[in-house]
Amino acid sequence: MKRFGPITAVDGLDLEVPKGICLGLLGPNGAGKSTTMRMLTGQAVANEGRITVMGHELPGDSKEARALMGVVPQLDNLDVDVTVEDNLAVFARLYRVKDVRAAVDRGLALARLEGRRRDPVDQLSGGMRRRLLLARGLTHDPPLLLLDEPTVGLDPQIRTELWSLIDALRTKGTTILMSTHYIEEAERLADEVALMAHGKIISRGKPAELVSEHAGRETAEVYAPPDRLAEVRANAEAQGLKVRPAGPAIAIVGSEKATDGAVPPEAIRRAASLEDVFVLLTGEEAE
Amino acid sequence: MKDEASRAPRAPHMRRLEPAAIGGVMSREVANFRTFWKATTFSSVLEPVIYLLAFGLGLGATLVDRVDGLDYVEYVGTGMVATAVIFSSALPAMFGTFVKERFQRTYDAILAAPVDVEELVTAEMLWIGLRSGFYGCFPLLVSMLFGLDPAPGMLVVPFFCFFTALGFAAFGIAVAASVAKIDQFNYVTTLFITPLFLVAGTFFPIDQLPKGVQIASLLNPLHHLVELVRDACFGFESTDLLRVAFLVVFAVSLWRLAVNRMEKRLID
Repeated sequence: MKRFGPITAVDGLDLEVPKGICLGLLGPNGAGKSTTMRMLTGQAVANEGRITVMGHELPGDSKEARALMGVVPQLDNLDVDVTVEDNLAVFARLYRVKDVRAAVDRGLALARLEGRRRDPVDQLSGGMRRRLLLARGLTHDPPLLLLDEPTVGLDPQIRTELWSLIDALRTKGTTILMSTHYIEEAERLADEVALMAHGKIISRGKPAELVSEHAGRETAEVYAPPDRLAEVRANAEAQGLKVRPAGPAIAIVGSEKATDGAVPPEAIRRAASLEDVFVLLTGEEAE
Repeated sequence: MKDEASRAPRAPHMRRLEPAAIGGVMSREVANFRTFWKATTFSSVLEPVIYLLAFGLGLGATLVDRVDGLDYVEYVGTGMVATAVIFSSALPAMFGTFVKERFQRTYDAILAAPVDVEELVTAEMLWIGLRSGFYGCFPLLVSMLFGLDPAPGMLVVPFFCFFTALGFAAFGIAVAASVAKIDQFNYVTTLFITPLFLVAGTFFPIDQLPKGVQIASLLNPLHHLVELVRDACFGFESTDLLRVAFLVVFAVSLWRLAVNRMEKRLID
């Protein structure tokens, strides 16, 4: 548990990350994801409870734990006046890498920045900086990687590019804990997803399992004027179906179970998604 | 949260104040310094020249002839070492720490690696101490152009500067870790730094001042540095050992204060 004055940011969180998987910590802003990440690096100390990272108990052994972890922060904190290679070299030293030069070359190759090694970071594009940030967290080739909102605020194109980099790490066997509030990111990258809200894990499983357990097979979206939507909603709820807002529309979740016109003919039927689960469980519908 | 991999690799046990961690943090400072050393060195060389021209020649040629048996240029030139030290330690520590903590989030990145706050603060202090030990010598070198005679004792001046700068670097870090906004540095510079460097015996002797000020100046590390530098140039005295001891105590106690303030600031 972690409190900040009267605010409890992480509350009775119980989570194990099995070796070699990518676990997506999915939750709305303010769910406690970043605080959880900071607790794992010893930058926040839990008020109650136990945290163990690869056999090292925190906060006492936090330094040993950090030696085995790579961390990619949510906000870019590269040294912008310093060259690309120096940014990597400094972190190779901080992580006690023996052969700093080899680690720098590895990082440059990973970030595909070999041609820019002597350029200061502020001359790089947003996508390059993000790749460098990832490479910086991997200079010591850690068995565990913490990714805090790895693609927040990036263009779709750069996001896809970064996803393939992360996916390559997962394939290589690096254990990854990734916090995100992008459903698509969790769907694409995570072997398992833990849904987090109000400092707790409210559900966990493989994305497909979560969908079939909480949302069923199919969702029907209805676009109509507000009066009509209220009517459709009342009908569906009368049959015990779950209805959630979906922007200007409503979504009838589990519509495959509907009978007697609970799903109007104008509805668009689609496969149930992790987004349906997310909205249903976190209540982040902001009506 | 746990990772239940029973055969997971274990990291070797790590101690406090590891040279590798301290060296790593200092290497970051060196990499950054390489991008702005020209501007810093420019002002470190030119500043004493301007002061010596203004005070030494201006005041020395018109109002003041000799002070404490020294030419006024020599008096100010040797005293300026302390000014150079406080301005190359306390101020960079204050602004640098605040900017790295708040705006660049550098410390977030460093502390996610196996580096503790204590190592971080120690490394920052050491780097500033080394820099000030170097830049503190410029006023002496400039004074030689104005007629100061070289003396063997001057070789220890960089060490005096280093120890004093450690304390002021720690002071700056502790201040940066305590203020909520960067504007609040104005209170610190006006209330502490300006009086400390003006009433250190750099431009005029302390022993002409009221008794209360004289006693208070015994607590001013810069005053002790000024006296040590002058004695290094013109002959040591037995009280100098006490002055060195004072500077060491100043550095060690401010070091602990800075570590404590930074732990409070950086670890939630």
